[in-house]
Amino acid sequence: MTERPAHPSAGTLLQEGGTLSPRGDWTLSHYAALRRELGRCPRHAWAAAIDLTGLGALDTAGAALLAELVGAQRLAEIDRWAPDLPATRRALLRTLGEAMAHRESSALRPSRPLIDTLARTGQLVEGFWQQQRLLLGFMGQVLATLAATAWRPNRWRLTAMVAQLHQTGLNALPIVALLTFLVGAVVAFLGATVLRDFGATIYTVNLVAFAFLREFGVLLAAILLAGRTASAFTAQLGAMKANEELDAIRTLGIDPVEVLVLPRVLAMMLTLPILSFVGMLSGILGGALVCLLALDISLIQFLAILQRDIPLNHFLVGLAKAPLFAFLVAVIGCLEGFKVSGSAQSVGEHTTSSVVQSIFVVILLDAVAALFFMEMGW
Amino acid sequence: MNQEPLIRVRGLTNRFGQHSVHEDLDLDLYPREILGVVGGSGTGKSVLLRSIVGLLQPSAGRIEVFGEDLQRLSTQDRSRVERRFGVLFQRGALFTSLTLQENVALPLIEHIGLTRADAEALARVKLALAGLPGESATQYPAELSGGMIKRAALARALALDPEVLFLDEPTAGLDPIAAAAFDRLILTLRDALGLSVFLVTHDLDTLYAACDRVAVLSRGRVLVADRIDVVEDTDDAWIHDYFHGPRGRAAHLAAYPAEES
Repeated sequence: MTERPAHPSAGTLLQEGGTLSPRGDWTLSHYAALRRELGRCPRHAWAAAIDLTGLGALDTAGAALLAELVGAQRLAEIDRWAPDLPATRRALLRTLGEAMAHRESSALRPSRPLIDTLARTGQLVEGFWQQQRLLLGFMGQVLATLAATAWRPNRWRLTAMVAQLHQTGLNALPIVALLTFLVGAVVAFLGATVLRDFGATIYTVNLVAFAFLREFGVLLAAILLAGRTASAFTAQLGAMKANEELDAIRTLGIDPVEVLVLPRVLAMMLTLPILSFVGMLSGILGGALVCLLALDISLIQFLAILQRDIPLNHFLVGLAKAPLFAFLVAVIGCLEGFKVSGSAQSVGEHTTSSVVQSIFVVILLDAVAALFFMEMGW
Repeated sequence: MNQEPLIRVRGLTNRFGQHSVHEDLDLDLYPREILGVVGGSGTGKSVLLRSIVGLLQPSAGRIEVFGEDLQRLSTQDRSRVERRFGVLFQRGALFTSLTLQENVALPLIEHIGLTRADAEALARVKLALAGLPGESATQYPAELSGGMIKRAALARALALDPEVLFLDEPTAGLDPIAAAAFDRLILTLRDALGLSVFLVTHDLDTLYAACDRVAVLSRGRVLVADRIDVVEDTDDAWIHDYFHGPRGRAAHLAAYPAEES
């Protein structure tokens, strides 16, 4: 490494007559100071003769500064103009000079902030458009694969699907039930507070039932699965993609959409309606509890109102949305997984993207559906 | 070699549960030498490297680095010693969220306290020194080929001007041309910077082309550590198979073409 002299001293740059003579240690620890000194040194002096004999320790950082001082090309030819330096030192300066001379010939592109910003904006817009096209194409591919395998029971991946049912459905059951229960209680409290002014607290029952049957049951379950399962799909498939497992599946003549995506999508489409149903029940239960404790509406009374006032179609309208949401969330999760490119960072980026996209799509679609059902009078 | 060794490993023992990887292992690394460490899979070459650089607490034994026992140093002193190491990991281990020049500049900013502009300028010098073209400095690791990642990782290992360079299978996964270029690069850097190099490898060509001494790991200890012509004549079944198998002969011939007759 650096040859350490007996008395280490900070590096300096002396100008004597027409000669520049670097003195002391030109090492990384003095880099900032030396750099300042170089800045003070007038440019015209740089081409002057240079005397390296007074140099103390030298490492690549110091050598890089010397290269700036005398020019990389001149440093690369050090054997010619400073043959009496020790061989190891000449080797260091020569190697560095050569490396930097080579680099100087391939200059960096200057940055142009305005054009770069415009280019980035354009890239983002085009990326968004491509993304939507890709998603539509992928949905088509999944549906086509589904249609192709539906008539051939020997190609149904039952084991994989059951495993996915377990992971996305059964394991998510407690969290869905708990969260909808809490939201149900909150909605009941809100209803009780607002309706008390009108003396109509009894309608809290209707509020909770309407909200959960039509919207909240399925919406909350879908959002939870978007956060819990879409991200898991992306991470699983992304890790496989990064490890080239997806390519391996393809080269074995197996369709990754058939073995990996279909079981996930189908499992999700089966579990989300079930989870939505659980969410509805548990939300209404939360509401009933608040009604019982805060409004003195007994459970029997609650059920009686439910039976009298709430027709079945609310339940059906709510549940009908579940398979659609499930399909979208699962497809987005899988597609983002396929889009992962190699690095660990990419897995993270696409996982985030899949959660954001699937929650966005679920809420957007729910809003559109609410509008549609209202206009249809369902 | 009658110099003081830079690194002195004595009685190193590493056990994972019941499985013992090293048993009473001794090894020296001398200044300005390139030491190749070979051994079959699972003989603990990488474990040895990780023990020396302090990533792994050995079960027993002493590891002296620059005359100091690493395990007895305070965290601060350890960090000071570890700064004199440069480590090239098997798969590069470049930070994927940083560009190449940021990767190399990171230790310069953290440890030396250079400004960002200075650190990146110096980082570009190191990248050039490792043989990467100028425009690669602003690229991300994901955009590079395996050989370029190895070179960039070498540039990062060289960032703080280390005295000892640890290379874990530097030529694995490179094509023969890139591997030969990498061997030459290591030799050039050793000569120019006066490095000592601890090189774990499977690559016989690297052993013949670049290494001053070769240490053979087997059955938990160093069987022999000497010049390669001494090592290849050592009486041991594994060494014989390794150096006198078809690949070993080919590498030998490539290194000493005069003996072909």
